[in-house]
Amino acid sequence: MSHLPFIWAAYSVGTIVLLWCALAPLVRKRVALRDIRRLIQLEERHLDSDS
Amino acid sequence: MNTNVNHPSKPRKSALVLFIHKLGSPPWFYAFSGKLIPWLWLLFGIMTAWGLYLGLVKGPADYLQGESVRIMYIHVPSAWMSWMIYAVMAGLGFITLVWRIRITEILAMSSAPIGAAFTLVALASGSLWGRPTWGTYWVWDARLTSELVLLFLYLGVMGLYNAIDEPRKAARAACLLALVGVVNLPIIHFSVKWWNTLHQPNSISFTGGSSIDASMLWPLLIMAIAVKFYYAANLLSRARVKLLEQDLRKAWVRNVVPRDLPRVGPDVVHRDRGN
Repeated sequence: MSHLPFIWAAYSVGTIVLLWCALAPLVRKRVALRDIRRLIQLEERHLDSDS
Repeated sequence: MNTNVNHPSKPRKSALVLFIHKLGSPPWFYAFSGKLIPWLWLLFGIMTAWGLYLGLVKGPADYLQGESVRIMYIHVPSAWMSWMIYAVMAGLGFITLVWRIRITEILAMSSAPIGAAFTLVALASGSLWGRPTWGTYWVWDARLTSELVLLFLYLGVMGLYNAIDEPRKAARAACLLALVGVVNLPIIHFSVKWWNTLHQPNSISFTGGSSIDASMLWPLLIMAIAVKFYYAANLLSRARVKLLEQDLRKAWVRNVVPRDLPRVGPDVVHRDRGN
């Protein structure tokens, strides 16, 4: 039995899982920064309408 | 009059204590970790490239296992990390429960998904190694089963944390579960000694002699160090995002938002107002 497919599969699974785990916080950071920006814009609009 | 005299009964705080105090400040932690993360990723990349080159290109095949031994360079470091991260998470959880330090609770909760990822890689790569070596992908062996229990513990901690709305209450509950789960760590470690398992005993010992050749031991140790840089970089990235999410309305967060972010459309603003 050739061992090569098992080696490839093991490293592929490792790469996919660890890459996903590393990229997930970057996606969440984008969302969090967008939410903060939205809050700032809302506050700016409220200030504009008050004045 | 000289006012810069240190009172003998009040010793000056050491640099380490001051550093730990600073880490507790969210803006300082956010800025400091932001500078550290690129270097940690760089070190991870260099060490991984070096370790994989030695293990997969230069290293020999095993006389008994053949080429499948090369799976060891991802399986063993992942398994070690799955145990180490759990121990770190439980330690941070203990500090959280006793001293209620916010940054430790964020670090503890950020550790759980990384630990779960390493446990998953350890289980999957071990299973793929088992097929050509043992003739089966899975057996309900003590080592394999206790490692699977570890995955469930990580998932339980993550699930409990996400199930409670208030993040600080959620973290305390999840930290308690993490502490209870520590009992599984010695079971995993000693399972190959306590029970007659299909999984082989430890080949590497830091106290006695290792039964593994240096040509395999070095790439393994390099990979083991590389994944620690991965953990550190990923942990800090996750902790930074959690800080942003929790401190959404605080003043310090407003200063870290890049000014060049695209403006949000009116539909999104309207949805936000509706909440």
